[in-house]
Amino acid sequence: MTLPAPQTSHDAGTGTPATRVLGAVVVVLCTLLTLSGLWWSAEDVVQGSTVRIMYVHVPSIWTAYMAFALTAVCSAVWLAGKSRSFAWDRVAGASAEIGVLFVAVSLVTGSLWGRLTWGTYWVWDARLTSTAFLFITYVGYLAVRRLDGTVRQRARRSAVLALLAVLEIPLVHFSVRLWRSLHQEASVADPNAQVKLDGLMLFTLFLGLVAFTALFVWLLLHRQRVLHLEDTVAGRGLDDAIAARRGEAAN
Amino acid sequence: MDGGPAVRRGAVARAVAAKDLRVERGSRVVTNQVAPFALVVMVMFAFALDNEGILERVAPGLVWLATLFSMLVVVQRSFAVESADGALDALRVAGVDPAAIFLGKSAALMVQLFALEVLLVAAAFVLYGVDPSAAGWAEAFVTMAAATVGLGFVGTLYGGLAAGARGRETLLPLLLLPVVAPVLIGATRATEAAFGSGGASVSEGWPWIGLLAVFAVVFGAAGSAAFGPLVDE
Amino acid sequence: MEHASFIIGSWAITVVAVGAYVVWTVRRGRALARLATKEEMPWT
Repeated sequence: MTLPAPQTSHDAGTGTPATRVLGAVVVVLCTLLTLSGLWWSAEDVVQGSTVRIMYVHVPSIWTAYMAFALTAVCSAVWLAGKSRSFAWDRVAGASAEIGVLFVAVSLVTGSLWGRLTWGTYWVWDARLTSTAFLFITYVGYLAVRRLDGTVRQRARRSAVLALLAVLEIPLVHFSVRLWRSLHQEASVADPNAQVKLDGLMLFTLFLGLVAFTALFVWLLLHRQRVLHLEDTVAGRGLDDAIAARRGEAAN
Repeated sequence: MDGGPAVRRGAVARAVAAKDLRVERGSRVVTNQVAPFALVVMVMFAFALDNEGILERVAPGLVWLATLFSMLVVVQRSFAVESADGALDALRVAGVDPAAIFLGKSAALMVQLFALEVLLVAAAFVLYGVDPSAAGWAEAFVTMAAATVGLGFVGTLYGGLAAGARGRETLLPLLLLPVVAPVLIGATRATEAAFGSGGASVSEGWPWIGLLAVFAVVFGAAGSAAFGPLVDE
Repeated sequence: MEHASFIIGSWAITVVAVGAYVVWTVRRGRALARLATKEEMPWT
Protein backbone atom coordinates (compact mmCIF):
# COMPACT_ATOMS: atom_id res chain seq x y z
CA MET A 1 0.00 0.00 0.00
CA THR A 2 1.68 3.20 -1.11
CA LEU A 3 0.76 6.56 0.34
CA PRO A 4 -0.24 9.24 -2.15
CA ALA A 5 2.57 11.68 -2.87
CA PRO A 6 2.33 14.64 -0.50
CA GLN A 7 2.56 18.22 -1.65
CA THR A 8 6.08 19.47 -1.87
CA SER A 9 5.15 23.03 -2.72
CA HIS A 10 5.76 25.21 0.30
CA ASP A 11 2.87 27.57 -0.19
CA ALA A 12 0.26 24.84 -0.51
CA GLY A 13 -2.65 25.71 1.70
CA THR A 14 -6.25 26.77 1.67
CA GLY A 15 -5.57 29.94 -0.29
CA THR A 16 -6.38 30.69 -3.90
CA PRO A 17 -5.83 33.80 -6.01
CA ALA A 18 -9.42 34.79 -5.27
CA THR A 19 -9.00 34.58 -1.51
CA ARG A 20 -5.75 36.48 -1.71
CA VAL A 21 -7.50 39.32 -3.50
CA LEU A 22 -10.31 39.20 -0.96
CA GLY A 23 -7.79 39.16 1.84
CA ALA A 24 -6.14 42.28 0.47
CA VAL A 25 -9.53 43.99 0.25
CA VAL A 26 -10.23 43.04 3.88
CA VAL A 27 -6.92 44.49 5.03
CA VAL A 28 -7.61 47.75 3.19
CA LEU A 29 -11.15 48.03 4.57
CA CYS A 30 -10.03 47.28 8.12
CA THR A 31 -7.25 49.83 7.90
CA LEU A 32 -9.72 52.45 6.70
CA LEU A 33 -12.08 51.43 9.50
CA THR A 34 -9.37 51.84 12.11
CA LEU A 35 -8.35 55.23 10.83
CA SER A 36 -11.92 56.43 10.55
CA GLY A 37 -13.09 54.90 13.81
CA LEU A 38 -10.24 55.92 16.04
CA TRP A 39 -9.11 59.15 14.45
CA TRP A 40 -10.99 60.83 11.64
CA SER A 41 -14.54 60.58 12.96
CA ALA A 42 -15.70 63.04 15.58
CA GLU A 43 -16.83 62.25 19.08
CA ASP A 44 -20.50 61.85 19.81
CA VAL A 45 -22.35 64.73 21.45
CA VAL A 46 -23.91 62.49 24.08
CA GLN A 47 -21.57 59.53 24.40
CA GLY A 48 -18.28 61.22 23.79
CA SER A 49 -15.52 58.97 22.63
CA THR A 50 -17.19 55.78 23.90
CA VAL A 51 -19.05 55.65 20.60
CA ARG A 52 -15.76 54.52 19.08
CA ILE A 53 -16.28 51.13 20.69
CA MET A 54 -19.48 50.80 18.67
CA TYR A 55 -17.45 50.68 15.48
CA VAL A 56 -16.16 47.23 16.42
CA HIS A 57 -18.98 46.10 18.68
CA VAL A 58 -21.89 46.49 16.25
CA PRO A 59 -20.13 44.88 13.26
CA SER A 60 -19.10 41.98 15.53
CA ILE A 61 -22.61 41.10 16.62
CA TRP A 62 -23.89 41.63 13.09
CA THR A 63 -21.32 39.15 11.80
CA ALA A 64 -22.31 36.67 14.49
CA TYR A 65 -26.00 36.87 13.55
CA MET A 66 -25.09 36.42 9.89
CA ALA A 67 -22.93 33.43 10.73
CA PHE A 68 -25.59 31.67 12.79
CA ALA A 69 -28.24 32.35 10.16
CA LEU A 70 -25.98 30.72 7.58
CA THR A 71 -25.46 27.75 9.88
CA ALA A 72 -29.21 27.30 10.15
CA VAL A 73 -29.74 27.59 6.40
CA CYS A 74 -26.96 25.13 5.56
CA SER A 75 -28.26 22.71 8.18
CA ALA A 76 -31.76 22.86 6.72
CA VAL A 77 -30.46 22.38 3.19
CA TRP A 78 -28.34 19.41 4.20
CA LEU A 79 -31.22 17.72 6.04
CA ALA A 80 -33.79 18.37 3.37
CA GLY A 81 -31.80 18.18 0.18
CA LYS A 82 -31.11 15.25 -2.05
CA SER A 83 -27.55 16.31 -2.76
CA ARG A 84 -26.35 15.59 0.74
CA SER A 85 -22.91 16.91 0.02
CA PHE A 86 -21.02 17.24 3.26
CA ALA A 87 -19.85 20.64 2.13
CA TRP A 88 -23.12 22.00 3.53
CA ASP A 89 -22.27 20.49 6.90
CA ARG A 90 -18.75 21.87 6.81
CA VAL A 91 -19.92 25.37 5.97
CA ALA A 92 -22.48 25.14 8.77
CA GLY A 93 -19.77 24.13 11.22
CA ALA A 94 -17.26 26.72 10.07
CA SER A 95 -19.89 29.42 10.15
CA ALA A 96 -20.97 28.51 13.68
CA GLU A 97 -17.38 28.60 14.86
CA ILE A 98 -16.87 32.07 13.41
CA GLY A 99 -20.19 33.11 14.96
CA VAL A 100 -19.07 32.00 18.41
CA LEU A 101 -15.85 33.97 18.01
CA PHE A 102 -17.70 37.16 17.11
CA VAL A 103 -20.37 36.78 19.80
CA ALA A 104 -17.61 36.44 22.37
CA VAL A 105 -15.88 39.54 21.04
CA SER A 106 -19.15 41.47 21.02
CA LEU A 107 -20.00 40.43 24.58
CA VAL A 108 -16.60 41.65 25.78
CA THR A 109 -16.62 44.92 23.82
CA GLY A 110 -20.25 45.50 24.78
CA SER A 111 -19.36 44.94 28.41
CA LEU A 112 -16.57 47.50 28.21
CA TRP A 113 -18.93 49.97 26.53
CA GLY A 114 -21.47 49.32 29.25
CA ARG A 115 -18.91 50.02 31.95
CA LEU A 116 -18.33 53.45 30.46
CA THR A 117 -21.95 54.25 29.69
CA TRP A 118 -23.91 52.62 32.52
CA GLY A 119 -21.18 52.21 35.09
CA THR A 120 -21.49 48.42 35.21
CA TYR A 121 -19.98 45.62 33.17
CA TRP A 122 -23.27 43.78 32.92
CA VAL A 123 -26.99 44.47 33.11
CA TRP A 124 -29.73 41.86 33.06
CA ASP A 125 -31.58 43.29 30.14
CA ALA A 126 -33.27 41.20 27.49
CA ARG A 127 -30.84 41.70 24.66
CA LEU A 128 -27.65 41.09 26.62
CA THR A 129 -29.06 38.04 28.37
CA SER A 130 -30.29 36.57 25.11
CA THR A 131 -26.89 37.20 23.53
CA ALA A 132 -25.22 35.32 26.36
CA PHE A 133 -27.60 32.44 25.72
CA LEU A 134 -26.82 32.55 22.02
CA PHE A 135 -23.14 32.17 22.89
CA ILE A 136 -23.70 29.23 25.21
CA THR A 137 -26.03 27.49 22.78
CA TYR A 138 -23.50 27.50 19.97
CA VAL A 139 -20.65 26.52 22.26
CA GLY A 140 -22.79 23.46 22.92
CA TYR A 141 -23.30 23.01 19.18
CA LEU A 142 -19.54 23.05 18.60
CA ALA A 143 -19.05 20.55 21.43
CA VAL A 144 -21.53 18.17 19.83
CA ARG A 145 -19.67 18.45 16.51
CA ARG A 146 -16.59 17.12 18.28
CA LEU A 147 -18.29 13.93 19.45
CA ASP A 148 -17.12 10.58 18.13
CA GLY A 149 -18.75 9.26 15.05
CA THR A 150 -18.72 9.28 11.29
CA VAL A 151 -18.92 12.46 9.25
CA ARG A 152 -22.49 11.55 8.40
CA GLN A 153 -23.48 11.18 12.06
CA ARG A 154 -21.83 14.47 12.90
CA ALA A 155 -23.62 16.21 10.04
CA ARG A 156 -26.98 14.80 11.07
CA ARG A 157 -26.67 15.60 14.76
CA SER A 158 -25.35 19.10 14.15
CA ALA A 159 -28.00 19.92 11.57
CA VAL A 160 -30.81 18.85 13.89
CA LEU A 161 -29.24 20.75 16.77
CA ALA A 162 -28.88 23.89 14.66
CA LEU A 163 -32.56 23.78 13.71
CA LEU A 164 -33.54 23.17 17.34
CA ALA A 165 -31.52 26.28 18.15
CA VAL A 166 -33.60 28.23 15.63
CA LEU A 167 -36.65 27.19 17.69
CA GLU A 168 -35.09 27.60 21.07
CA ILE A 169 -33.40 30.97 20.76
CA PRO A 170 -36.53 33.01 19.98
CA LEU A 171 -38.28 31.23 22.84
CA VAL A 172 -35.50 32.15 25.23
CA HIS A 173 -35.39 35.71 23.93
CA PHE A 174 -39.14 36.10 24.26
CA SER A 175 -39.14 34.67 27.79
CA VAL A 176 -36.30 36.91 28.87
CA ARG A 177 -37.99 39.95 27.36
CA LEU A 178 -41.23 39.16 29.15
CA TRP A 179 -39.25 38.67 32.33
CA ARG A 180 -37.32 41.92 32.08
CA SER A 181 -40.41 43.92 31.18
CA LEU A 182 -41.59 43.27 34.72
CA HIS A 183 -38.71 45.28 36.06
CA GLN A 184 -38.72 48.93 35.14
CA GLU A 185 -35.15 49.52 34.17
CA ALA A 186 -33.63 52.90 34.72
CA SER A 187 -33.46 54.76 31.45
CA VAL A 188 -29.75 55.27 31.89
CA ALA A 189 -29.36 51.52 31.45
CA ASP A 190 -31.52 51.36 28.36
CA PRO A 191 -29.48 49.76 25.61
CA ASN A 192 -32.23 50.53 23.14
CA ALA A 193 -31.42 54.20 23.31
CA GLN A 194 -30.22 54.68 19.77
CA VAL A 195 -27.36 57.02 19.35
CA LYS A 196 -28.05 59.42 16.53
CA LEU A 197 -25.17 58.94 14.16
CA ASP A 198 -24.73 60.95 11.03
CA GLY A 199 -22.10 62.03 8.61
CA LEU A 200 -18.72 60.42 8.99
CA MET A 201 -19.81 58.48 12.06
CA LEU A 202 -22.62 56.73 10.20
CA PHE A 203 -20.29 56.08 7.30
CA THR A 204 -17.75 54.54 9.68
CA LEU A 205 -20.40 52.23 11.07
CA PHE A 206 -21.38 51.05 7.59
CA LEU A 207 -17.72 50.69 6.71
CA GLY A 208 -17.38 48.47 9.74
CA LEU A 209 -20.28 46.29 8.62
CA VAL A 210 -18.83 45.95 5.12
CA ALA A 211 -15.32 45.24 6.39
CA PHE A 212 -16.48 42.61 8.86
CA THR A 213 -18.72 40.97 6.26
CA ALA A 214 -15.78 40.67 3.87
CA LEU A 215 -13.69 39.32 6.71
CA PHE A 216 -16.42 36.80 7.53
CA VAL A 217 -16.46 35.54 3.94
CA TRP A 218 -12.69 35.24 3.87
CA LEU A 219 -12.64 33.35 7.19
CA LEU A 220 -15.48 31.10 6.08
CA LEU A 221 -13.77 30.12 2.84
CA HIS A 222 -10.55 29.22 4.60
CA ARG A 223 -12.10 27.51 7.60
CA GLN A 224 -14.45 25.31 5.59
CA ARG A 225 -11.55 24.28 3.36
CA VAL A 226 -9.61 23.35 6.48
CA LEU A 227 -12.60 21.29 7.64
CA HIS A 228 -12.68 19.62 4.22
CA LEU A 229 -9.02 18.69 4.67
CA GLU A 230 -9.68 17.47 8.19
CA ASP A 231 -12.40 15.18 6.90
CA THR A 232 -10.45 13.79 3.95
CA VAL A 233 -6.83 13.75 5.12
CA ALA A 234 -7.53 12.82 8.72
CA GLY A 235 -9.87 10.07 7.59
CA ARG A 236 -7.25 8.81 5.20
CA GLY A 237 -4.71 8.67 7.97
CA LEU A 238 -6.85 6.14 9.76
CA ASP A 239 -7.31 4.03 6.65
CA ASP A 240 -3.56 4.02 6.04
CA ALA A 241 -2.86 3.00 9.60
CA ILE A 242 -5.31 0.14 9.35
CA ALA A 243 -3.85 -0.95 6.01
CA ALA A 244 -0.34 -0.78 7.42
CA ARG A 245 -1.37 -2.87 10.40
CA ARG A 246 -2.90 -5.46 8.10
CA GLY A 247 0.29 -5.47 6.07
CA GLU A 248 2.27 -6.19 9.21
CA ALA A 249 -0.05 -9.00 10.25
CA ALA A 250 0.27 -10.65 6.86
CA ASN A 251 4.07 -10.82 7.17
CA MET B 1 -57.24 -5.38 13.54
CA ASP B 2 -54.68 -2.80 12.50
CA GLY B 3 -55.70 0.54 13.94
CA GLY B 4 -53.17 2.45 11.92
CA PRO B 5 -49.81 4.04 12.74
CA ALA B 6 -51.17 6.33 15.43
CA VAL B 7 -52.50 3.41 17.41
CA ARG B 8 -49.24 1.53 17.02
CA ARG B 9 -47.28 4.57 18.08
CA GLY B 10 -49.46 5.00 21.16
CA ALA B 11 -49.11 1.37 22.10
CA VAL B 12 -45.32 1.46 21.70
CA ALA B 13 -45.08 4.68 23.67
CA ARG B 14 -47.15 3.22 26.48
CA ALA B 15 -45.00 0.11 26.51
CA VAL B 16 -41.76 2.13 26.63
CA ALA B 17 -43.13 4.35 29.40
CA ALA B 18 -44.29 1.35 31.38
CA LYS B 19 -40.91 -0.30 30.98
CA ASP B 20 -39.04 2.75 32.24
CA LEU B 21 -41.33 3.13 35.24
CA ARG B 22 -41.06 -0.57 36.00
CA VAL B 23 -37.27 -0.26 35.99
CA GLU B 24 -37.53 2.63 38.40
CA ARG B 25 -39.93 0.73 40.64
CA GLY B 26 -37.41 -2.09 40.77
CA SER B 27 -34.26 -0.07 41.28
CA ARG B 28 -35.78 2.85 43.19
CA VAL B 29 -32.96 5.16 42.12
CA VAL B 30 -35.18 8.22 41.96
CA THR B 31 -36.86 7.57 45.28
CA ASN B 32 -33.74 6.49 47.14
CA GLN B 33 -31.11 8.74 45.61
CA VAL B 34 -32.48 11.60 43.58
CA ALA B 35 -35.24 12.66 45.97
CA PRO B 36 -32.87 12.84 48.94
CA PHE B 37 -30.44 14.77 46.73
CA ALA B 38 -33.18 17.26 45.88
CA LEU B 39 -34.04 17.68 49.56
CA VAL B 40 -30.37 18.16 50.44
CA VAL B 41 -30.19 20.89 47.80
CA MET B 42 -33.16 22.62 49.43
CA VAL B 43 -31.47 22.46 52.81
CA MET B 44 -28.19 23.77 51.42
CA PHE B 45 -30.00 26.75 49.92
CA ALA B 46 -31.08 27.61 53.47
CA PHE B 47 -27.48 27.37 54.67
CA ALA B 48 -26.30 29.63 51.87
CA LEU B 49 -29.05 32.24 52.10
CA ASP B 50 -29.33 32.32 55.89
CA ASN B 51 -32.34 34.63 56.09
CA GLU B 52 -35.91 33.42 56.49
CA GLY B 53 -37.44 36.43 54.84
CA ILE B 54 -35.27 36.04 51.78
CA LEU B 55 -35.81 32.30 51.70
CA GLU B 56 -39.55 32.70 51.61
CA ARG B 57 -39.26 35.35 48.93
CA VAL B 58 -37.05 33.26 46.63
CA ALA B 59 -38.62 29.90 47.46
CA PRO B 60 -40.18 29.48 43.99
CA GLY B 61 -36.83 29.96 42.28
CA LEU B 62 -35.16 27.52 44.65
CA VAL B 63 -37.81 24.87 44.06
CA TRP B 64 -37.31 25.04 40.30
CA LEU B 65 -33.54 25.20 40.49
CA ALA B 66 -33.55 22.08 42.64
CA THR B 67 -35.92 20.49 40.10
CA LEU B 68 -33.62 21.26 37.19
CA PHE B 69 -30.51 19.96 38.93
CA SER B 70 -32.34 16.78 39.89
CA MET B 71 -33.62 16.45 36.35
CA LEU B 72 -30.07 16.19 35.04
CA VAL B 73 -29.57 13.13 37.20
CA VAL B 74 -32.91 11.55 36.31
CA VAL B 75 -32.33 12.05 32.57
CA GLN B 76 -28.88 10.50 32.75
CA ARG B 77 -30.45 7.58 34.59
CA SER B 78 -33.19 7.24 31.98
CA PHE B 79 -30.61 6.62 29.27
CA ALA B 80 -28.08 4.72 31.34
CA VAL B 81 -30.79 2.11 31.69
CA GLU B 82 -30.97 1.84 27.91
CA SER B 83 -27.29 1.30 27.27
CA ALA B 84 -27.12 -1.21 30.12
CA ASP B 85 -29.51 -3.64 28.52
CA GLY B 86 -29.41 -2.44 24.93
CA ALA B 87 -33.18 -2.14 24.82
CA LEU B 88 -33.16 1.11 22.88
CA ASP B 89 -30.84 -0.28 20.24
CA ALA B 90 -32.96 -3.37 19.92
CA LEU B 91 -36.04 -1.25 19.39
CA ARG B 92 -34.33 0.88 16.77
CA VAL B 93 -33.00 -2.12 14.89
CA ALA B 94 -36.50 -3.59 14.90
CA GLY B 95 -37.63 -0.47 13.03
CA VAL B 96 -39.77 0.95 15.80
CA ASP B 97 -40.90 4.52 15.22
CA PRO B 98 -38.44 6.73 17.13
CA ALA B 99 -41.18 9.23 17.88
CA ALA B 100 -42.97 6.51 19.83
CA ILE B 101 -39.85 5.81 21.86
CA PHE B 102 -39.46 9.54 22.42
CA LEU B 103 -43.03 9.95 23.65
CA GLY B 104 -42.81 6.92 25.90
CA LYS B 105 -39.55 7.92 27.54
CA SER B 106 -40.78 11.50 27.90
CA ALA B 107 -43.92 10.29 29.66
CA ALA B 108 -41.93 8.22 32.14
CA LEU B 109 -39.62 11.15 32.77
CA MET B 110 -42.62 13.43 33.34
CA VAL B 111 -44.05 11.09 35.96
CA GLN B 112 -40.78 10.98 37.88
CA LEU B 113 -40.21 14.72 37.61
CA PHE B 114 -43.73 15.52 38.75
CA ALA B 115 -43.28 13.35 41.83
CA LEU B 116 -40.03 15.20 42.60
CA GLU B 117 -41.70 18.57 42.19
CA VAL B 118 -44.51 17.66 44.56
CA LEU B 119 -41.88 16.68 47.10
CA LEU B 120 -39.97 19.93 46.60
CA VAL B 121 -43.05 22.12 46.91
CA ALA B 122 -43.95 20.28 50.10
CA ALA B 123 -40.40 20.91 51.31
CA ALA B 124 -40.75 24.62 50.50
CA PHE B 125 -43.98 24.66 52.51
CA VAL B 126 -42.26 23.09 55.49
CA LEU B 127 -38.74 24.53 55.29
CA TYR B 128 -39.20 27.97 53.75
CA GLY B 129 -42.54 28.88 55.26
CA VAL B 130 -44.47 29.53 52.07
CA ASP B 131 -48.19 29.60 52.71
CA PRO B 132 -50.32 29.80 49.58
CA SER B 133 -54.08 30.23 49.45
CA ALA B 134 -56.30 27.51 48.02
CA ALA B 135 -56.24 29.25 44.64
CA GLY B 136 -52.49 29.45 44.98
CA TRP B 137 -52.18 25.71 45.54
CA ALA B 138 -54.31 25.09 42.47
CA GLU B 139 -52.17 27.38 40.39
CA ALA B 140 -49.00 25.77 41.71
CA PHE B 141 -50.34 22.39 40.69
CA VAL B 142 -51.17 23.58 37.16
CA THR B 143 -47.75 25.22 36.89
CA MET B 144 -46.03 21.99 37.85
CA ALA B 145 -48.03 20.05 35.29
CA ALA B 146 -47.34 22.50 32.47
CA ALA B 147 -43.64 22.82 33.27
CA THR B 148 -43.18 19.08 33.67
CA VAL B 149 -44.54 18.29 30.22
CA GLY B 150 -42.00 20.60 28.57
CA LEU B 151 -39.15 19.39 30.77
CA GLY B 152 -39.99 15.78 30.00
CA PHE B 153 -39.83 16.38 26.25
CA VAL B 154 -36.67 18.45 26.30
CA GLY B 155 -34.89 16.24 28.82
CA THR B 156 -35.54 13.14 26.73
CA LEU B 157 -34.46 14.84 23.53
CA TYR B 158 -31.12 16.16 24.72
CA GLY B 159 -30.64 13.27 27.10
CA GLY B 160 -30.70 10.90 24.18
CA LEU B 161 -28.01 12.92 22.45
CA ALA B 162 -25.81 13.12 25.52
CA ALA B 163 -26.23 9.48 26.47
CA GLY B 164 -23.49 6.96 26.15
CA ALA B 165 -19.87 6.62 26.90
CA ARG B 166 -16.78 8.75 26.63
CA GLY B 167 -17.41 12.16 28.00
CA ARG B 168 -20.85 12.68 26.58
CA GLU B 169 -22.67 12.80 29.91
CA THR B 170 -20.92 16.02 30.85
CA LEU B 171 -22.43 17.53 27.73
CA LEU B 172 -25.96 17.24 29.12
CA PRO B 173 -25.91 20.25 31.49
CA LEU B 174 -24.31 22.46 28.83
CA LEU B 175 -26.93 21.54 26.25
CA LEU B 176 -29.99 21.25 28.45
CA LEU B 177 -29.83 24.12 30.93
CA PRO B 178 -29.84 26.94 28.35
CA VAL B 179 -32.76 25.32 26.55
CA VAL B 180 -34.89 25.08 29.72
CA ALA B 181 -34.36 28.75 30.58
CA PRO B 182 -37.90 29.64 29.46
CA VAL B 183 -39.27 26.94 31.76
CA LEU B 184 -37.21 28.22 34.67
CA ILE B 185 -38.37 31.78 34.06
CA GLY B 186 -42.00 30.87 33.44
CA ALA B 187 -42.38 28.30 36.20
CA THR B 188 -40.70 30.51 38.78
CA ARG B 189 -42.85 33.54 37.95
CA ALA B 190 -46.01 31.45 37.98
CA THR B 191 -45.02 29.84 41.28
CA GLU B 192 -44.27 33.26 42.74
CA ALA B 193 -47.80 34.25 41.84
CA ALA B 194 -49.13 31.01 43.34
CA PHE B 195 -47.18 31.42 46.59
CA GLY B 196 -47.79 35.15 46.81
CA SER B 197 -44.04 35.82 47.04
CA GLY B 198 -43.14 39.48 47.00
CA GLY B 199 -46.80 40.44 46.98
CA ALA B 200 -47.58 38.78 43.66
CA SER B 201 -51.22 37.94 43.08
CA VAL B 202 -52.43 34.59 41.79
CA SER B 203 -53.79 36.13 38.58
CA GLU B 204 -50.30 37.19 37.48
CA GLY B 205 -49.24 33.61 37.03
CA TRP B 206 -51.54 32.55 34.23
CA PRO B 207 -49.65 34.22 31.35
CA TRP B 208 -46.53 32.42 32.48
CA ILE B 209 -48.39 29.14 32.48
CA GLY B 210 -49.30 29.99 28.90
CA LEU B 211 -45.60 30.32 28.12
CA LEU B 212 -44.98 26.90 29.67
CA ALA B 213 -47.73 25.41 27.53
CA VAL B 214 -46.24 26.90 24.36
CA PHE B 215 -42.83 25.50 25.30
CA ALA B 216 -44.34 22.06 25.89
CA VAL B 217 -46.14 22.02 22.55
CA VAL B 218 -43.11 23.27 20.61
CA PHE B 219 -40.75 20.70 22.07
CA GLY B 220 -43.25 17.90 21.99
CA ALA B 221 -43.58 18.38 18.24
CA ALA B 222 -39.94 19.19 17.56
CA GLY B 223 -38.72 16.41 19.80
CA SER B 224 -40.85 13.78 18.10
CA ALA B 225 -39.31 14.71 14.77
CA ALA B 226 -35.78 15.30 15.99
CA PHE B 227 -35.30 12.38 18.39
CA GLY B 228 -34.68 9.79 15.69
CA PRO B 229 -31.99 11.68 13.73
CA LEU B 230 -30.40 13.05 16.87
CA VAL B 231 -30.00 9.75 18.66
CA ASP B 232 -29.28 7.54 15.68
CA GLU B 233 -25.98 5.74 15.96
CA MET C 1 -9.41 60.82 23.72
CA GLU C 2 -11.07 60.15 27.05
CA HIS C 3 -11.41 56.56 28.26
CA ALA C 4 -8.64 55.72 25.83
CA SER C 5 -7.75 52.52 27.67
CA PHE C 6 -11.26 51.10 27.25
CA ILE C 7 -11.49 52.11 23.62
CA ILE C 8 -8.05 50.90 22.60
CA GLY C 9 -8.68 47.84 24.74
CA SER C 10 -11.88 47.02 22.86
CA TRP C 11 -10.23 47.38 19.50
CA ALA C 12 -7.20 45.42 20.67
CA ILE C 13 -9.33 42.55 21.94
CA THR C 14 -11.15 42.43 18.62
CA VAL C 15 -7.97 42.50 16.58
CA VAL C 16 -6.15 39.96 18.74
CA ALA C 17 -9.06 37.50 18.91
CA VAL C 18 -9.81 37.63 15.21
CA GLY C 19 -6.12 37.70 14.32
CA ALA C 20 -5.38 34.64 16.41
CA TYR C 21 -8.21 32.78 14.69
CA VAL C 22 -6.93 33.84 11.27
CA VAL C 23 -3.41 32.68 12.05
CA TRP C 24 -4.59 29.38 13.49
CA THR C 25 -6.85 28.65 10.50
CA VAL C 26 -4.22 29.46 7.89
CA ARG C 27 -1.54 27.46 9.67
CA ARG C 28 -3.81 24.45 10.10
CA GLY C 29 -4.67 24.70 6.43
CA ARG C 30 -1.02 24.70 5.44
CA ALA C 31 -0.19 21.78 7.72
CA LEU C 32 -3.00 19.63 6.34
CA ALA C 33 -2.37 20.70 2.74
CA ARG C 34 1.16 19.33 3.01
CA LEU C 35 -0.34 15.88 3.51
CA ALA C 36 -3.05 16.16 0.90
CA THR C 37 -3.17 15.22 -2.75
CA LYS C 38 -4.35 17.49 -5.54
CA GLU C 39 -7.70 15.66 -5.73
CA GLU C 40 -8.34 16.34 -2.07
CA MET C 41 -7.99 20.08 -2.62
CA PRO C 42 -10.64 20.97 -5.20
CA TRP C 43 -9.99 24.69 -4.88
CA THR C 44 -6.57 24.42 -6.51
